[in-house]
Amino acid sequence: LAKSCPGQETVTLYLRGVALRGRRPRPAPPSTSPPPASTSHPIKQEDNLTETRLVSHSQITRLYSRFTSLDKGENGTLSREDFQRIPELAINPLGDRIINAFFPEGEDQVNFRGFMRILAHFRPIEDNEKKSVAVSEPLNSRTNKLLFAFRLYDLDRDDKISREELLQVLRMMVGVNISDDQLGSIADRTIQEADTNGDNSISFNEFIKVLEKVDVEQKMSIRFLH
Amino acid sequence: MDLCTMDLRITRQRGFLLFIFTCSSLLHGSRGEIPSKPTGGVTILPPIKPDNGPQAFPDAEKENMPVFTMNYSRIQIPFEITLWVLLASFAKIGFHVYKKITVWVPESCLLITIGLIVGGIMHSVHEEPPAVLRSNVFFLYMLPPIVLDSAYFMPTRPFFENIGTVLWFAVVGTLWNSIGIGMSLYAICQIEAFGVQDINLQENLLFATIISAVDPVAVLSVFEDVSVNEQLYIVVFGECLFNDAVTVVLYNMFNFVAEMPVVEPVDVFLGVARFFVVGFGGMGFGILFGFTAAFTTRFTSRVREIEPLFIFMYSYLAYLVAELFSISSIMAIVTCALTMKYYVEENVSQRSCTTIRHVVKMLGSIAETLIFFFLGVVTITTDHEWNWGYILFTLLFAFVWRGLGVLVLTQIINPFRTIPFNFKDQFGLAYGGLRGAISFALVFTLPDSIGRKQLFVTATIAVILFTVFLQGISIRPLIEFINVRRTNRNLDTINVEIHCRIMDHTIAGIEDLCGQWSHFYWKDKFMKFNNQILRKILIRDNRAESSIVALYKKLELQNAMEILDDYEAFFTPLCCSGDNAAGFEAKPKRKFLAPDLKNMHDILSKNMYKIRQRTVAYTTKHALPNESQSKEILIRRHASIRRSLRPGSFQSSVVPKSHKYFSLPAGKSLDSKFPPGMTNDEETMSEAAYPSRRSRLVQPARSSSSRAMMPLRRLDTLTEVHSVDVVDEKVGDRRRAARGTSRTNSSSSRDPRIPAPQRHHSSADNGRGSADNFRNGHHEEEEEEPQPLSPAPSWTAEPREDAAQNPLLRRPQWKPKK
Repeated sequence: LAKSCPGQETVTLYLRGVALRGRRPRPAPPSTSPPPASTSHPIKQEDNLTETRLVSHSQITRLYSRFTSLDKGENGTLSREDFQRIPELAINPLGDRIINAFFPEGEDQVNFRGFMRILAHFRPIEDNEKKSVAVSEPLNSRTNKLLFAFRLYDLDRDDKISREELLQVLRMMVGVNISDDQLGSIADRTIQEADTNGDNSISFNEFIKVLEKVDVEQKMSIRFLH
Repeated sequence: MDLCTMDLRITRQRGFLLFIFTCSSLLHGSRGEIPSKPTGGVTILPPIKPDNGPQAFPDAEKENMPVFTMNYSRIQIPFEITLWVLLASFAKIGFHVYKKITVWVPESCLLITIGLIVGGIMHSVHEEPPAVLRSNVFFLYMLPPIVLDSAYFMPTRPFFENIGTVLWFAVVGTLWNSIGIGMSLYAICQIEAFGVQDINLQENLLFATIISAVDPVAVLSVFEDVSVNEQLYIVVFGECLFNDAVTVVLYNMFNFVAEMPVVEPVDVFLGVARFFVVGFGGMGFGILFGFTAAFTTRFTSRVREIEPLFIFMYSYLAYLVAELFSISSIMAIVTCALTMKYYVEENVSQRSCTTIRHVVKMLGSIAETLIFFFLGVVTITTDHEWNWGYILFTLLFAFVWRGLGVLVLTQIINPFRTIPFNFKDQFGLAYGGLRGAISFALVFTLPDSIGRKQLFVTATIAVILFTVFLQGISIRPLIEFINVRRTNRNLDTINVEIHCRIMDHTIAGIEDLCGQWSHFYWKDKFMKFNNQILRKILIRDNRAESSIVALYKKLELQNAMEILDDYEAFFTPLCCSGDNAAGFEAKPKRKFLAPDLKNMHDILSKNMYKIRQRTVAYTTKHALPNESQSKEILIRRHASIRRSLRPGSFQSSVVPKSHKYFSLPAGKSLDSKFPPGMTNDEETMSEAAYPSRRSRLVQPARSSSSRAMMPLRRLDTLTEVHSVDVVDEKVGDRRRAARGTSRTNSSSSRDPRIPAPQRHHSSADNGRGSADNFRNGHHEEEEEEPQPLSPAPSWTAEPREDAAQNPLLRRPQWKPKK
C-alpha cells in the first residue's frame, strides 16, 4: 500500500483502524438510543460501529488495491472518469446512475472511505445480524438496499419516482425497438400498480411494498472477495 | 479412406433423400464406376468404364470428343459429405419452423428421431450405415469443433468462480461413475442367469467409462430457458466439457489395460501417473498454442482476411499435437481456446471477431447435429446383441451412481462453496446427466478384440436413447415443478420485473467496479502479471480498454448518421403529440386489460437488456451471444455524451423524443427533460421558433441576482428550466405542486456550500464527466431561485437533516476514526 501521494497516509491510517476494529467483536450497543420511528424516512443515523463491520481486513485490502488501480490520477480519490474507464461499467445500461451514486451531490471526487461506504450497501446480511437487535440500521439492511435502488430512479431526491423518472430508467434499460407510446403505457401501468395514494408517483413506502415479496437481501448482495 | 467407405456405402441410399431426387438416377448410373474398394455391398454393378480416376478426360482411346461426360467418383467423397451435412441442416431448419416442438422436445431427440427414420429407410434397402464413427474420423474431425465451440464460448467469469466445483465433479465424479458402474456391472456379470460371465473386470470398467461421459446439451438449453441459477448452469456446463477429457483419458487407459493379460499393482500406479501426465500435458500444450496464437494475431493487422484462420489452425494444431503425443487433446484445445480468446479478441478487428465466433458456432453445431443424426441411423442399421439383464442393469446403475455421486460429492464440496448446492440443485445436477455424442463415438472406436463389443454398443445406445429421450424431455417439467433456485423469474408485477432488473444491473455494475472478476488472490496476481507483461507481448495496441475506445470510434460515424435520421424523423413525433398529451391527462382513469398487461410483460422481458455477464453466461451451444446489445448501449451512451457536450440551447429542445430519456447526470433537474410533446399544443410549433420564444418568456421571470454569475452554458439550462414552468402552468395543479415541492425540498435541504469546481474544457475521452460537472454547477445555482416563490407544502416539514447521513449524499470525510 505504500505510495507517496497526498492523502495516502490518511487512507492507510483509516484502513488500519477499520481493519483493527473489524476484527474486534462488536461491543454491546448502547441500549438507550431509540431507532428512528418514521418509516418514511429510511435514511437512518448509523453509528460508526456498523461501518467498521463492513468487510473483513482482507476484503478491505483487496478493495483498496482495486481502488488504487482505478485511481489513474493517483491522488487518493476517484473521479467520474476513473469509473467510466471500467469497460464493463461503460456498457452497463445503468452505468451512469451507478457511478453517480458514488458521488455526493456537487462532488466530483470520491475517496476510499466514500467508496467503501457505498459498497457497504451490498454486503450480504449475515444470519446473526438478522437476529441481533441493531440500534441503528446498518448500511446493508434491506431498507437501505432498497433505498439505494430507489435512489437510482429518484434523481431529484423528492422521495418519489415520478413518471418521467421511471421513463428515463426504462428507456435506458430497453432496446430501441420499443416505441415511446409503449414505454409510456408501461410506465403508466407500473405507477398505477404501485401507487396507493393516487399521487401518480411511487413513493419509497410504495416501493418497499411493491417489492416486499422479492428477496432483496439476496438480490442486492454481492460476495466481497478476499 | 474411412470416409470413402462411409460414402460408398450410403450411395444407394441417397435416392431416398428428399432433396436429391433429381440426381438419384444419375448416381445409380455412376455407381458402377467406382473401382475396387473395400466396400462389400456397394460394387454390385460391373464397371462400365475401366478406370477414370482423377483424370479430366479419361477416355483417350475413343475417337470422338464426348459431348457429355460424367465423372462421379472424382467428386464422390466431398459430394456426399456435403449432402449429409445438408440433410442434417435441413432437419434443423425443420425443427425450428415449429418453435413449440423444440421447447418441449430437445433438439437432440428430434435429430435422433430423424436419424432413426433415415436409418429405417436405409435398413429396408439393406444399406450399410456410414462408417463415420468406426474410426478416428470422429476424433480427428468431429470432436474438435464441438469442444472448441464449448470452450470458446465458456462463460469465463462464472467458470473461474466455480472452477473448484467444476473440476471436482468432472474429475472425481467421472472416476466415481466409471468405477462404481464398472464394479457393479462386474458383480452382475457373475450371475450366471444373464449369460455374460465372459466379460471381465477391465472390460466392464472400460464400458463404464464410456457411459459416464455426460453430454447435457439438451439440459443446458432447458436450464437456460427456465433460467436456473448460474452456479448450477456453469457446473453442468463445465462438467460436460472437462468430463469429456477425463473420459477419453480413462478410456485410453482402460483400453490399454483391457488388452493386457495380467494387471499388476505397479500398472495401477503407472496408470495414475499417466492420468496426470495426460491431463497436465494437454493443458501445457493448450497454453503454449494459445499464447502462440495470441502472439501471431498481433501481426495480422495487415491481413485481416485470414485473421480468423489463425484461431482455427492453432486450436486444431494444439489438438493434433496433443494427439500425437497421445495426451489429452480435448484438454489441449480447451485450454488453448480459453487462453487465446482474451488476447485474440483484442487484437483482431471487430469483423474478424464476429467471423470467428460465427464459424466456431457453425462448425460445432454441424458436428453435433451430424453425430446425433448418425446416432439415429446407426441405431437402426447396426447389428445389436440384446441382453436384457446386462442392459437393464446398465441403465439402472448409470442412473443410480450418477445420483449417488452427486449426492456424496456435493456433501464434500458444499463446505467450500460460498453458495452451497441445495437438494433441488443436486437433483438438477443428477438428472441433467444425459449421455450423448462422446459415449456414442467412444463405443464405436472400441477395438474388435473385445469380445462383447456388440453388446457394449447396444447397451450404450440404449443408455443414450433412454437418457436423451426420457430425461431430456422430462427435465423441463420437473425443473419447473420442483422450482429450482432461479436467477430472475418471479414476474408477479411489472414493478417487480423492472425493479429487479434495476437491481441486477446495479449488482453487475458494482461487481465490475470492485473488480470482482478477479476471484482469487492469485487471480489478482495474474491480472497484474497479465497487464505488465503478457498484454505488452501479446497485444498489439497495448492501451487499456483499447477495444472499447476502438468501438467508440467506430460508432461515432454510425451515431452521426443516426442523429441525422432523427432530425428527419423529428416532425413525426411532434405531430402525434396531441394524442400523447391526451393520454397523459386521462391516465389515472386508464384501465389496463389483461392482454395489455401480458403484452407489456412480453415487451419488457424481450427488450430489456440482459444483465451483462449473464448474457454471456447463458449462451446456448447453438446461439451466438448478442453483441448488438452492448453496441446499442454504447451507441446511446455515446449519443448522450455528445449531446451533453454540444453547446447552445437549440440542441436540447430539438433532440427527438426517443433520445430524451438517456442517462441524465445526478444534479440535473428532471423537469428539464420533460418532452415537448407532453406539454401543450402550443409547444408544437416549429422548432426554429421554439428556443427564441422560450427565452423571451423566460426573461421576466428570472431574478437578476444570479445572472451575474451566469456561466458559459447558461442559456441551455435556463431555457430548459423555464420550459418546465410553462408546462407547470398548463398541465395541472397537482403536477405543479409536486414539482414545486420537489424543488423546494431538495434545495432547502442542501446546506449552503461553495459550488463545485467546474471544468470548462472537455476532451474526447472524459467528456461525460466534465459535462456532468457543468450541469451540476448550473443546476445548483438555478435551484436556489424558485425557492422563495413556491410555498412550502405541508410535508416539507419533515426536515432532511439526515441528508448528510445518506450515503448517496454524504461527502467524503478523511478523518480516521479510532
